[in-house]
Amino acid sequence: MSKQINVALIGNPNTGKTSVFNQLTGLKQKVGNYPGITVEKKEGVCKLARGVKAHIIDLPGTYSLNTTSLDESVAVELLLNKNDKDHPDVAVVISDVENLKRNLLLFTQIKDLNIPAILVINMADRMSRKGITLDIPLLEEKLDTKIALISTRKGTGIERLKELIADYRNISTAKNVDITVIAPEYFKRLKETFPKQDLYKLWLVITQDVNFMPIEKKLIADDASFSTKSKSELKRLQQKETILRYQFINGILKETYKVDLAAAKGLRATFDKVLTHRVFGYLIFFLILLLIFQAIYSWSEYPMDLIDELFASASEWVKDTLPSGVFTNLLAEGILAGIGGIVIFIPQIAFLFFFISLLEESGYMSRVVFLMDRVMRPFGLSGKSVVPLISGTACAIPAIMATRTIESWKERLITILVTPFTTCSARLPIYLIIIALIIPEGSFLGLGYKPLTLMLLYLIGFGAAIISAMVLNKILQFKSRTFFVVEMPNYKLPLLKNVGYTVWEKTKSFVLGAGKIILAISVVLWFLGSNGHSEEFKNAEQIVAQRIESEGFSPFNQASISENLTSYENALRDSIAQNTYALNESSIADSLQLRKTLLFERALHQEISSHKLENSYIGNMGKAIEPVVRPLGYDWKIGIAVLTSFAAREVFVGTLATIYSVGSDEEDTIKNRMAAEVNPYTNQPLFNLASGISLLLFYAFAMQCMSTLAIVKRETNSWKWPTVQLVFMSSFAYIVALIAYQVLK
Amino acid sequence: MEATVAQLRRGQKGIIKEFADETLPIKLLELGCLPGNEVEMVQIAPLNDPIYINVNGSHIAIRRETANLIELELIDDTPAL
Repeated sequence: MSKQINVALIGNPNTGKTSVFNQLTGLKQKVGNYPGITVEKKEGVCKLARGVKAHIIDLPGTYSLNTTSLDESVAVELLLNKNDKDHPDVAVVISDVENLKRNLLLFTQIKDLNIPAILVINMADRMSRKGITLDIPLLEEKLDTKIALISTRKGTGIERLKELIADYRNISTAKNVDITVIAPEYFKRLKETFPKQDLYKLWLVITQDVNFMPIEKKLIADDASFSTKSKSELKRLQQKETILRYQFINGILKETYKVDLAAAKGLRATFDKVLTHRVFGYLIFFLILLLIFQAIYSWSEYPMDLIDELFASASEWVKDTLPSGVFTNLLAEGILAGIGGIVIFIPQIAFLFFFISLLEESGYMSRVVFLMDRVMRPFGLSGKSVVPLISGTACAIPAIMATRTIESWKERLITILVTPFTTCSARLPIYLIIIALIIPEGSFLGLGYKPLTLMLLYLIGFGAAIISAMVLNKILQFKSRTFFVVEMPNYKLPLLKNVGYTVWEKTKSFVLGAGKIILAISVVLWFLGSNGHSEEFKNAEQIVAQRIESEGFSPFNQASISENLTSYENALRDSIAQNTYALNESSIADSLQLRKTLLFERALHQEISSHKLENSYIGNMGKAIEPVVRPLGYDWKIGIAVLTSFAAREVFVGTLATIYSVGSDEEDTIKNRMAAEVNPYTNQPLFNLASGISLLLFYAFAMQCMSTLAIVKRETNSWKWPTVQLVFMSSFAYIVALIAYQVLK
Repeated sequence: MEATVAQLRRGQKGIIKEFADETLPIKLLELGCLPGNEVEMVQIAPLNDPIYINVNGSHIAIRRETANLIELELIDDTPAL
């Protein structure tokens, strides 16, 4: 076959369009973006009979061709633009049997574009339960098309749809409705001015809210007689068009569509009564939230630990196996560590999207939006902001992508700007280690101080999001007249297959999208951390060796070595006492000596890398910013960690581990080392209550995440908002941390 | 009896008469919110807003400010709110 058939799937939201797409294409699909804009583009390939292939595009869901959002205008543009390489040979309009009337509105519009249009009536399995009967042959005749009655749930009817697609040349391209009757004079003049153009297409180009197809639009605007129509006149004509179409549809359905209301059994009413109840509604939502948090924080711990170990040992393996050199170091410490830093978040992201897509598929999410809208509105947010804010507790990146469903630009922008305040999982390692260091044991009302502090930090994050939303709501002055309209779909048992596809696809887009940035930054950081221009850096080995010769190891290393040796000796003597080994004094001394050499070597190695890091480019940077961070109670070492964790917060702990040259990421070791650190200016422990609280608050508020900034840039299509976010959040964090330290010290 | 959609009690129905404002989103019309169609109040959110209606077989939630723009003729005699 020379050419593929271009197929566009189009339909209302909640009609099972994505299920049809999944069944047609299986896993042979790819998700990208339309060039230059943030609308998701899903395409795939479907094999038809006789070796014919169909290239299938899943267009964004839309109720009509009257566009109100970027998503919808993508659909319209593709249908109108014959020169687009994806312009469909055939449009497959997906409808759902229960909402056929409404779905047909879109169908008649597409039919009027003279594109062969196949009507898919989905959810056929619900017909008998809902008491619906359909006269398909008569409906096909009246609508002048071919119909595939399918059930994606039962998997029936897909073969018929494939046959219809293969046979698309036999589908009529005649119009359903003659819209010129709504304003005969107007359309007559239009015809005289543009004799070669199709009137309905012209009409669509004229009436679209969104600015697309600029050339044709300009052409029409230049013609004075057509630009005279005011916006409200056009709007009235659009209303007339809608009414005209509904008249046509009602006429047809009267003859072909019968509902026996007595046979209809509605679960909707019962479920709605409970799920949107003024007490139970919130209670159930709260319980579901708890379950999601449980999954994100408890259940994903196991796979995350596994991944952590896997990458640590992979990095070890590379260092042991490959010849040592710059390349091996880059691979082991830059690239592998970078990839590990991304992969570690996969379990949480996958769990999060598993639940979110489960809730969306079942129809429950619309009820949450309904319940929460009024609660969120005083803060300039919408009921639809709830999903992003929940997602933000795992990671701000998918959360910000999830704001696309919010119609109002102002509400969407505010949601995007405040979401990074919610406590994402990358803050957790920092919180845990600092809390373990500085918060004393003890409990309040049966709750330990440590878990209480953690909970408080979550509340602070959420509170910061809400309060800054309120402030932004006052500051931002947008004239956006958008309306909150949420369809409340029927409750459905989620199709696990669809949930699986969503989890797979979202996780993939996170890994590829955010991953690239994290990886790049890790490599840059690795370079800055392992290179330096000063003599101190270049001769680190000799300098450290000389220092150890004259002064011995650092106090911490000395202490830990002697501690290690003592416990080793005790263990040896114990086993001798129990007759496990038979050793005399000299062999004990030998093995102690062996152990000592090993420990000395390790300590030497650690002190060299510590010295190197101190004098590397990043070390120089850390020292340069020390005056800035000193008022917060930090020294240059924490300064370096703050700098490196600008790429991603979780890098903080790893950087400190390197700086303190504890060599391994074992939490206890780092913790002990941190506890021993002394602030040279105050001669107090560096990590005390004041500096610890200051650090916790800094990380609660600061915009320490490059990937989020990149996503915000993509979603708002300008550098303005990520810049505002960075400046505002980070300076706020600095001020709060400063106050905290100065008050508490 | 005349009222707007915002004034319906739960379970109460009315027939859409006209739109008070031509800024009413076209999306509502497409969802079936057209003059002559029946509207039923299905649910009112706990804080009294938004409302959840069934119009012409479409189940949608809208805010009160929008519902106020849709005038209707009540079907039964129970007074609206």
